[in-house]
Amino acid sequence: MSALASAPSSSLTYAPVLDKRFGPKARIEARPAKDIATITLTDRSAYIEVARFLRDDPACAFDLLLDLVSIDLLNAPAPLRPRDGSRFQLHVILYSTRRNDHLRLIVNLPEQNPRVPTLVNLWPAVNWFEREAWDLMGIEFEGHPNLKRLLTHNGFVGHALRKDYAAGQRWLCTEEDLLQTDLAAQTETPEDIFETMTVNLGPSHPATHGTLRIVLRLDGETIVAAEGECGYLHRCFEKMSESHTYSQVIPYTDRLNYCSPMINGFGYARAVEDMLGVEIPPRAKAIRVILSEFNRIMDHMVCIGTNLVDLGALTNFWYAYQAREAIYGLLEACCGARLTSSYARVGGLSADVPPNFDEWSRSLFPIIKTQLDDIDGLVSKNRIAHKRMRGTGIVSRENAIAWGFTGPCGRASGLAYDVRKDKPYEGYDELDFDVPVMTDGDNFARYYVRMEEMRQSLRIIDQQLRKLPKGPVTTDDYRVILPPKEMVYNEMEGLIYHFKVVFEGTKVAPGYFYSSVEGGNGELGYTIVADGSGNPYRLKVRPPCFPLFAAYEKIIKGGMVSDAVATLGMLNIIAGELDR
Amino acid sequence: MSFIKNTLSWIAPPTAPGVQSGAGGADFLTTKLDVLVQWAHSNSLWPLPFGTACCAIEFMSVVSSHYDLSRFGAEVVRFSPRQADMMIVAGTVTDKQAPILRKIYDQMAEPKWVVSMGVCACTGGFYRAYHVVQGIDEIVPVDVYVAGCPPTPENLMRGIIELQRRIQTGDLARHRQNKTYVPIRVGEQPVIGLPAYSQSVMAPNRPGVSEMPVMADSAEADMGAKADVLKHQGDRS
Repeated sequence: MSALASAPSSSLTYAPVLDKRFGPKARIEARPAKDIATITLTDRSAYIEVARFLRDDPACAFDLLLDLVSIDLLNAPAPLRPRDGSRFQLHVILYSTRRNDHLRLIVNLPEQNPRVPTLVNLWPAVNWFEREAWDLMGIEFEGHPNLKRLLTHNGFVGHALRKDYAAGQRWLCTEEDLLQTDLAAQTETPEDIFETMTVNLGPSHPATHGTLRIVLRLDGETIVAAEGECGYLHRCFEKMSESHTYSQVIPYTDRLNYCSPMINGFGYARAVEDMLGVEIPPRAKAIRVILSEFNRIMDHMVCIGTNLVDLGALTNFWYAYQAREAIYGLLEACCGARLTSSYARVGGLSADVPPNFDEWSRSLFPIIKTQLDDIDGLVSKNRIAHKRMRGTGIVSRENAIAWGFTGPCGRASGLAYDVRKDKPYEGYDELDFDVPVMTDGDNFARYYVRMEEMRQSLRIIDQQLRKLPKGPVTTDDYRVILPPKEMVYNEMEGLIYHFKVVFEGTKVAPGYFYSSVEGGNGELGYTIVADGSGNPYRLKVRPPCFPLFAAYEKIIKGGMVSDAVATLGMLNIIAGELDR
Repeated sequence: MSFIKNTLSWIAPPTAPGVQSGAGGADFLTTKLDVLVQWAHSNSLWPLPFGTACCAIEFMSVVSSHYDLSRFGAEVVRFSPRQADMMIVAGTVTDKQAPILRKIYDQMAEPKWVVSMGVCACTGGFYRAYHVVQGIDEIVPVDVYVAGCPPTPENLMRGIIELQRRIQTGDLARHRQNKTYVPIRVGEQPVIGLPAYSQSVMAPNRPGVSEMPVMADSAEADMGAKADVLKHQGDRS
């Protein structure tokens, strides 16, 4: 429980350079072993300077911006609140692809007029993250090219994630609030009016796979300008989690990326466990790995199946769904639900797997392999598929890094970063599997990387099933998990633990923590800020498809509308985790 | 001929058509026109999936090969409101999405039906928050509420079958005219032994939120101004 207290001073390679350059302006914090390294700015004016140094200095080389977390520390307990009494805090989560290292840069902002220079010129990926922070927290970014609301609608008043905003306060959204984008409002020049037209793709469109909106400016069928908009499924996950205990947040996590629900829950549970310093039994770890991989297969199946429908190949969708239905059966046997499983618990799993788990899982292999081979045979050498996917939606490796790509889309562009390999968790380092990487960066590469990943997932499951350990699936630390019923009914301590977990929740010591897993779409990170109570003080998800969709308008510019549809499907934007 | 007679009598017991023999020995059917139309309506529902979230993934399961909704005559999924007559709202509807939902509903041609799939669409679900519509009956009239998060495919299919029954018997049209309309609720049938309040948990005008202008009456919502409904979006938690 006291993992946060015992923090050895980190021996960072870039610490001497940083110290020499900035001295007391940037302080390296002592962090627990499982958290990422942290630099706090004591002087706010050095923000841009330090950020540029972290990106450009060869000893740092933090070239990929993963997340921007905004925190409102109103009424926060003393250990969280900075000494100068600042109310707002920004965490910039960075990653170095060259050195495989994470870093958190913290800057404190005052209550009155919280503003900070934008980082867009350093990491273009930060663009939408900053818009989100402005929208939900009201932090202003000086010099931001397009600082306007992103997740909420234009009729919204106030900043929803501030602590003094009532969670249930809604605002009327009219059609007029909705339809105004800069692109649609652009005045057409007389000579232009016959040449281009503005078209809405979404928010209710069969090819958007959810509730996304892209406003396109077309010259014939060529896209001359595009503007993406999200927030149509912003259902306030982060605000809701602040009024629920750590365990009660788990059902909400299932609904983030609903194509692979279990990975979200496992990732969240692991973040809380790491923060608490709780170790879960090996059997729980192994089951988490197996089910995560099954979920990854389900995720990729939906992505490929639905995208091929958009390209006109309906059959693959039925094939993909057959495999999904087979996996659903297994998930249902484990936890009782097909899609929204709530199977993870802080400290293990809600229940053990069924006794015939091994045979059942193995019986799925031939089904999945058959469907994979069928799809492979129909698509991978299909001329139409090649014409539609080869050379469309190209993202170079440099752009992928600048735009914050991770996961299959990043790997299709040659960015060989997989959290399972590079920051192994739950025993992935003991398993033998490959990370498929392609360098084309086009839609076909994204398709093919996913196909290959599914085969690798089967490999992982096979190995993990072979050495599935016996034993309990929950930790015996009853401060975080409900004790068994025999103990509750027969022992005083059991009853007390039960009562406290149910009524107060698991209490996490004040502090902050970042932890990530490899989700279906890339690095799925959770930043948890705890204030010592049973509820998270602030929970921020790093949704992997957020940067993907932010970059979408840049990818499709100059291409055809039909290619834009193919690209959207292959980026696999899931509105649930995009908007949260 | 007896097959047709049996089928039709099952479809519409109160106004069952008769099979009569003409003078020349040719068989013919007598029926009321609206019974025939209702029968046709009920078996050719074209769904418009207004899929926003997790429920849309389960809806895909319902239409795909394993569950195969086409067995019940409702597989011709159309994304164009002009071509569809059964809107399936699958998933959470946010305030930002609400005007779009209403617009698409308005674009659908009569007769049209709305299936609210999942608790988010029915009541807002466990998102009692600043950006979530607390039940789509704030915006559009609902014919079938299907509970579940998300509902199992069987539950959704049962909702659609119940809707077909009602269309066939003409109840929906009658009730709409008489303003005695009660929507169908699937997945929350009271089980013997449960306390009585469990029946009211999902009712549109449930206690505790009765001060809110919830659209329980479909006929009212049909006639009522669409914009009025949207105006009441205050604090409900």
